[in-house]
Parts: sequence; C-alpha cells; structure tokens
Amino acid sequence: MSPDIAAETSVTSRRLAYDWKDIGLRIALPVLAMLFALLIGALMLLCLKANPLAAYAALANGVFGNLYGFTQSLAKATPLLLVGLGICIAFRASVINIGGEGQIIAGALMSTWFSLHFRTLPGYMLLPSTIIMGFLAGAAWGFIPGILKVRFSVNEILSTVMMNAIAIQLMNFLLRGPLMDPVGIAEGTFLPQSERLPRQVWLPRLVPQTLLHAGAIIAVVLAVAVYIFLWRTTIGYRIRAVGLNREASRHAGINVPVYQALALTLAGGFAGLAGVFEVIGVQHRLMDGITSGYGFSGIVAALFGGLHPLGLIPASWLFGSLLVGADKMQRAVQVPSALIDTVLGLIVMFVVGSNLLSRRWSARRTIAAAKAEGD
Amino acid sequence: MYQPAAETSIFRLPVAVGILAAAVRMATPYLFAAVGEAIGQSSGVLNLGVDGVMLLGAFASFYVVLTTGSLWLGVLAAAIVGMLMGLLMSLISVTLKAEQGISGIGLYMFGLGLSSLLFKVMVGTVKTVVGFQPIKIPFLGNIPILGEIFFQHSLPVYAAFLTVPLTWILLDKTTWGLKIKAVGHNPAAADSLGVNVNLVRYISVTIGSIMAGLAGATLSLALVNLFQENLTAGMGFIGVALVYFGGWRPVAIMGGALLFSTVNAFQLWMQVLNVKIPSDLAVMLPYVLTIAALALAPKLMRQPVALNKPFERGEH
Repeated sequence: MSPDIAAETSVTSRRLAYDWKDIGLRIALPVLAMLFALLIGALMLLCLKANPLAAYAALANGVFGNLYGFTQSLAKATPLLLVGLGICIAFRASVINIGGEGQIIAGALMSTWFSLHFRTLPGYMLLPSTIIMGFLAGAAWGFIPGILKVRFSVNEILSTVMMNAIAIQLMNFLLRGPLMDPVGIAEGTFLPQSERLPRQVWLPRLVPQTLLHAGAIIAVVLAVAVYIFLWRTTIGYRIRAVGLNREASRHAGINVPVYQALALTLAGGFAGLAGVFEVIGVQHRLMDGITSGYGFSGIVAALFGGLHPLGLIPASWLFGSLLVGADKMQRAVQVPSALIDTVLGLIVMFVVGSNLLSRRWSARRTIAAAKAEGD
Repeated sequence: MYQPAAETSIFRLPVAVGILAAAVRMATPYLFAAVGEAIGQSSGVLNLGVDGVMLLGAFASFYVVLTTGSLWLGVLAAAIVGMLMGLLMSLISVTLKAEQGISGIGLYMFGLGLSSLLFKVMVGTVKTVVGFQPIKIPFLGNIPILGEIFFQHSLPVYAAFLTVPLTWILLDKTTWGLKIKAVGHNPAAADSLGVNVNLVRYISVTIGSIMAGLAGATLSLALVNLFQENLTAGMGFIGVALVYFGGWRPVAIMGGALLFSTVNAFQLWMQVLNVKIPSDLAVMLPYVLTIAALALAPKLMRQPVALNKPFERGEH
C-alpha cells in the first residue's frame, strides 16, 4: 500500500465512525438555514402585500391548532421519512438519487395492480406481499439507474430524472387505460384513478377519522433499522466507505460498483415503500399526483436530518408540518402554498451552502486540539 | 406548438417537411439551455437548476409582455432573471462550495415554486400573448423543402442556432475559452498561473444561467406563447443530459438537441394521427431515447476533470 493510500485509508476509517462531537453544530446550522429561508419567505410575502406574521401564524395553527392538523403532519412525514431513508443510503455511498418521484410511482403502481389482481387472497397474505411487491418495484426503478451508472457510466442524476418522466407517463397511461376505475367508466366520469383497493390491504388508522396510518410506525422502525444497517453491519460499512473514498475502498478490496448499485436499488425500494403506503394507507386507490412532490421534499428532509436516519425522524416531521401548514395557510390568508415550495428550495441551497462553515469550524477545532496536544 | 393535418401520411413529402420544421423549432429551448449549461460545466460547475431558471425566465418574459406588450423588454426580463439565478447558484456552489448536484436541485425547487407562486398571484388564469412571428429569410426561405425546414422560423429560433458557433468560438478560439476550460480541467494549475478560478466560474455559470432564462423566454414567447405552472415539465433536465450526450462540444450538443426534438415532433404527429400506440407511451419515447443515448454514446474523455468539484486553494 502506497503511503498516501494508507493515509487516505486511515482518514477514512477515522471518519467512518459517526462523530457525535459536532452534533450541536450539525443541528444548529440547518435550523439557522431554515430560519433564514423563512425570513426570505416573509420578505416575499411583504412583496405580495400579505402579512407574514398572519401567514406564518396560520401555518403554525394549521399544524398545532387541532388534533387533525397534527396527525396530518405525521401522515405527511411518513413518505418523507421513507424517501429520505433511501436518500440517506444513496448519499452515504456518494450516489445522488433524484429519482424519488419515479420510484414512488413504481411502488404505488405495483401495489395497486398487485392488490387488485389478487384481491381474493386473505389479508394476512395479501397485505405483506403487496408491501413487498411495491418495495421491489421501487427497487427495480432504482436498480436501472444503478446498473446504468456502474456498467455504462451514465450519470445517475440524469438517468434518475429520466426515469421520473418515464414513470409519470406510465402512470398516466395506466390510469387512463387498463387501471382506470370501472365505476368511473360506467358512470362516465372517466376520472384518472384506479378502482378502490380491497379492504384487507388497507393499513389500520392510528387515530380514527384521520389520515394517520400504521405505516408511520413502520417508517420509524425502518429508520432505526437503516441506522443499524449503515453503522453496525459490514454491508452498511462498505456502502459508507465507498461514499467517503472510492479509491481507498477499491484498494481495500471493496467491489465499489456493486455497493453503488446496491445503494441506488435500496434508495428506490424505500421510495417505492412510500408509494405503497400512500396507496394502501392514505388514498386506498391510485390517483394522479400520488407523489405530491415527496421525491424532492424527501431530499430536503434528508439533508436537514444530516443524512442520518435518526436525524431524519424529527426532520421529516418538521417538513411534514410545513407542508400541512402551507395548505392551511393557503386557505386562511390566500397565500398560495407554492410559497412553501420556494422556501424548501432555499432551505436546500442554504443547508448545502452552510456545510462549508461546519467543515471550517471542525477543521479549526482539530488544529486547535493538535496545538494543545503539542504544548 | 406543432399542429399537423390529421389525414396525412408520413411518406408524403409535406408531412415529413412539417415534422422536420417543427423539430427545428422545438430544438430552440433545448439549444439555449444546453449550450449555456455547457459553458458553465466547462468551467467545472454542474448547474442542475436549469429547469428552475427556465421557468422563472419564462414567467418573467411572459409577464412583462403581457403588461407592456414589448417582446424585447420580455427578453430582457428573462436575461435579468437568468443572471440573478446564476449569481445565486454561483454564490452557493462556488463561494460556499456546496455539493453542486444538490444545490442545483434546490435552485430548481426555488424556481419551480417561485414561478408558480408569482403566476398564481399576478396572473391567475392561463392567458396567451402575441409572441415572435416567423420571418422568412429572403432567398434562403424560398428554397424548396430546405427553406421550409430551416429558414421560415421566428427570430429566437435563429438566435438559438447562432449560439452554437458563437459558443464554439468562445470555448475553442479565445483566451477566455482557454481560461474557462483550464479552470474546469485543472483549477489548481490555473490558479497558480494567476487565473482567478472563482471569478471565471462565476462568469461562466452566470452566462449559462442567462441562456437558461432566455431558453424559458423562447418557450413562452416563441413556441407556446403562454405561461402555466411547470411549463417546462423537465426540459431543463433534458438540456443537462444533452450536454453529457454532446460531450461538452456545442456542435454535438446541437446534434443531440435536433435528434431529441425530431423524435418529439414525430411523437406529437403520431398522437394527432391517433396511431395505434397510446399517446402516453409515445411521450415516453424521447426519455427512453435519452437514457439509451447516454448509455451507448461513446464515453468521451472530454469531461471537465474538475466538474462538480469545488475549488479550494492549497488542497493539492
């Protein structure tokens, strides 16, 4: 092993353990980034001649004002958490997954078709197999860009974006053709939505009369599982090693392409699961706009959670609240909820922009510590 | 956009000419976006937010034309919006050294959200404007077949094709182009020779972003003459893909853009004709083609080595 590779490897192994020392900074910077983005949002509200305080109050009231809003924020956090878990795995392996939207659709389409096709099966067989099939469909939608990346060096950012467009068109086609609700056809409404799914695949609701379903609990359990997977298993260790230093990993005998493709496939699977839960937990059928942009807002949540599965749990709830609050704000003070989409974009830019500050700060501390040791 | 007559067959000449003319016209926004992106990428910065810049540019130019009636003020508005977005992207990705793939997604979400927001608040319903009218170029426009395909378009279409040789000259024949490529290939060496790496990147990204803004304007002022939420529907991402497909060479990018828009025009024509392929599946065709082209295109060695890598002094 040449000296610089040895040095790289030692740097890698030091960084491979999660560094809890800077945890305060890692929480403070995203929060500051968000406050800054909300401040710019307030300025935009002023330009639109709306009262920012009233708008943000309506937003907060939409979430905390009643039980329904609160459960809704948890319901919206569920797909964000699932998509975000996939994003965490991919980003930890240094592959960028922009394909959440398409993977959600793949999972939703597969679970819809599967549960309708095998509707005579009892729930204890149909429900788990529907969930697994949806996961696999999303994983397949992630595997294609993965294999294209490692075999044909196709940039995964571009291929995942194309896979999104393909999935959207596929869903448009199926919802207006083979999967269209026979009731809608009979009544002549021709709504682009599927038939209602058989009752035995509906996920139980945690609070009656709300949209909060058992998928939320599964998502949290999976977040812990992904943490264990990434930090306590060999495969997870290798995924992170590949992400930190591809060359050193290759020299250490890790099959880099396999782990990159695996990371994208898993990312697709988790996003697919988000699609499954939207169908069997919330809507009970597949309809246009099933993704609600979760494929993108999941990236925001994942970044905000520091690309850490456990950090993602509060982060996805926070963004679930923002999305719910935005709808309420739109109705209460007539400010389009697109304002919050704008703010989300700013948050992404500010969070990745603030990484420099956190790197500089840690570096300065390391140098200071080294000096202190020298004395 | 493209409205072919329903009863015609592709094997008849006027139909084929119509499809090709539409393809040339429809290549316009892709050309502006992709050629601009190629300039930014040559300096080592991947701007994935092109689609967001296009949307804001399309809205700004549409709104200005709707309120003032002046097409040129509209174009100017799109350029200014593109410049501001380019400076924002540079600030995040060059000065603050953010991971470019992600900051670009942030820029995209910002542009998508803001253009929807402004459209809902300031316009509300879909309205049309009087856009650029076709200009038949004297003599050339009268050539049978070729004239109709290439020389009977509106001004923005000609301008888009003009960016190709201009960018080629800029990148390959001028000192500035040399600096841009040096910064994209070996920023440390360029830095040691006294080139201001970050300044070159700021300028390149901003030029690219201005062109993305103009790409949006060509859409709302020359192709569809209206604005609606998410008007571009991912065209900017296709533009980024075309840069890779064309191996950072303007002429090859133009080839890719024409190929893509020809498939698209063909696909639209099939839809109108009700060919027995479901239209939603036909719409997939261009995307499938793009993926296939990216996979099968010979892997060119011209990718800027420092693409997607922020420059930090003293790293090497």
